[in-house]
Amino acid sequence: MRLYAIFVYLFLYTPIAIIALFSFNAGRHASQLQGFSFKWYGTALSNPFVMDALKTSVVVGLIAAALASLFGTMAAVALQGVRGPVRAVFDMMIYVAVMIPGIVIGIATLIALVTAFDQLNPWLAAIWPYENAPQLSMGKLSLIGAHTMFTMALVIIIVRARLAGMDRALTEASADLYAAPMTTFRRVTLPLIAPAILAGFLLSFTFSFDDFIIAFFVAGSETTLPIYVFSSIRRGVTPEINAIGTMVLAVSLVLLIIAQLILRRSDSR
Amino acid sequence: MTQRARNWLLLTPATAWFVIMLVLPLSVVLIFSFGERGSGGGYVPAFTLEQYANLPARWAAFKNTMVLAPLGTVAAMLIAYPLAYFLAVRTSRKWKTLLLVLVIVPFWTSILIRSYAWIFILGGRGIPALLEMIGIEGVRLIYTPFAVTIGIIYGYLPLMVFPIFVSLDRLDKRLLEASSDLGARPWATFLQVTLPLSIPGVATGCLLVFILLMGEFLIPALLGGGKVFFVGNALVDLFLQSRNWAYGSAVAVTLIVVMLVSVTLYMRLISRLNTQREDVSLM
Repeated sequence: MRLYAIFVYLFLYTPIAIIALFSFNAGRHASQLQGFSFKWYGTALSNPFVMDALKTSVVVGLIAAALASLFGTMAAVALQGVRGPVRAVFDMMIYVAVMIPGIVIGIATLIALVTAFDQLNPWLAAIWPYENAPQLSMGKLSLIGAHTMFTMALVIIIVRARLAGMDRALTEASADLYAAPMTTFRRVTLPLIAPAILAGFLLSFTFSFDDFIIAFFVAGSETTLPIYVFSSIRRGVTPEINAIGTMVLAVSLVLLIIAQLILRRSDSR
Repeated sequence: MTQRARNWLLLTPATAWFVIMLVLPLSVVLIFSFGERGSGGGYVPAFTLEQYANLPARWAAFKNTMVLAPLGTVAAMLIAYPLAYFLAVRTSRKWKTLLLVLVIVPFWTSILIRSYAWIFILGGRGIPALLEMIGIEGVRLIYTPFAVTIGIIYGYLPLMVFPIFVSLDRLDKRLLEASSDLGARPWATFLQVTLPLSIPGVATGCLLVFILLMGEFLIPALLGGGKVFFVGNALVDLFLQSRNWAYGSAVAVTLIVVMLVSVTLYMRLISRLNTQREDVSLM
């Protein structure tokens, strides 16, 4: 039994370890180990395409995660006091957002936005008082929009689970002691759900940072790190990709372990 | 401000976001699926069932998806169950959380990078090269259904372990003691007590994995090398290469319908097997 568990953990972590191992390989060829070196990290980090893609990924991830945490928490708090059809419709939307394959969300966002922009651009050009009216097109904003939509659903689920586990007596006690609703929220509810919001933020950032499939459709001419990696893999396995892959995995591993620890610690309190 | 008004205000941004970025786009896909292809790609408004009539042209993609998605789901379940059992029943409290987190965490990391690792391992200089050293030559692993199945198991194992673990962890351990006190052998206890009580977790795990697999693109794209392709690969081809939006939308709508139908049938089957089904959430 224990042996089997060890085997499964090896199965889960060996591929990751191999990528990390070969990213430190000094040799040009991806298949033979020829001494230890950081040079591929240097190559990757001095490649302007990689740095651009990294910057796009981080900016999009941070903005999407911030918006998702804010709007998602607002919705989760409000949903506590909402029953009936509004609640049912909202639950349905969350369910659809999480269950529809990412590829369909990507496609749908692409054709809907491109069609809408085609309609809006001439109109925008007509009312723009100067020359060279701005053109709406697919790019960072559509990427942020799509990632925020999906991760907001995640934040609502996580924060709502935390709110459901919260002792109602605490908010009632606060109200009995004449605290205004806003004060109760700020002093009682918010501190209790803060770990869930933070964990939701970290998961959202990780999702956005790692997402390939939605970005592939809605990023327009922008390149995110996963898109860069995907197109490089198409051209063959290189040590540079191993280095980028190791960094991407390291970032998400660290963020995820923090998110898990926050969630679990707050659960056990 | 009344409670009611405040709730509405708080819900407004999320509602607007869901409507603009989810409800409207999905409606557009549905509408486009009844349209026609423009001469230079894109979409021309129409009301025709022509796109749906053409679906058989992409039959291979649907067939691969409907064969490999259930196969991958079952394989992942068979591998995940013993591990979940080990974690829930045989592991001390101290180690449980850490070991569980170690299983879940890979799922949230980049599936792109993790699949890429298997190109490395299954490719010509990985396992086939090792096999050559011991005298077995001419083994081809990458770009086969086998490679895609390995990728699927690898990618989705964490998602399968978690719900099974939860259902086994909740199980009242006194039931197991009672069973053995009554003289049942360990195997009999497992088959008659543990296994039936963990069915809800197994059912949830299979459902989650199956749903995600239906829309898979990356694993077949990277490990199937164009030979083993899913509906997701057909969709990328239709929207990004041939820009046939109307037909692509029909394929997407069909994918969702097939998904809904199989999930509904599956839920029926499960609720018949197990009347006191409990939902196990993911996080």
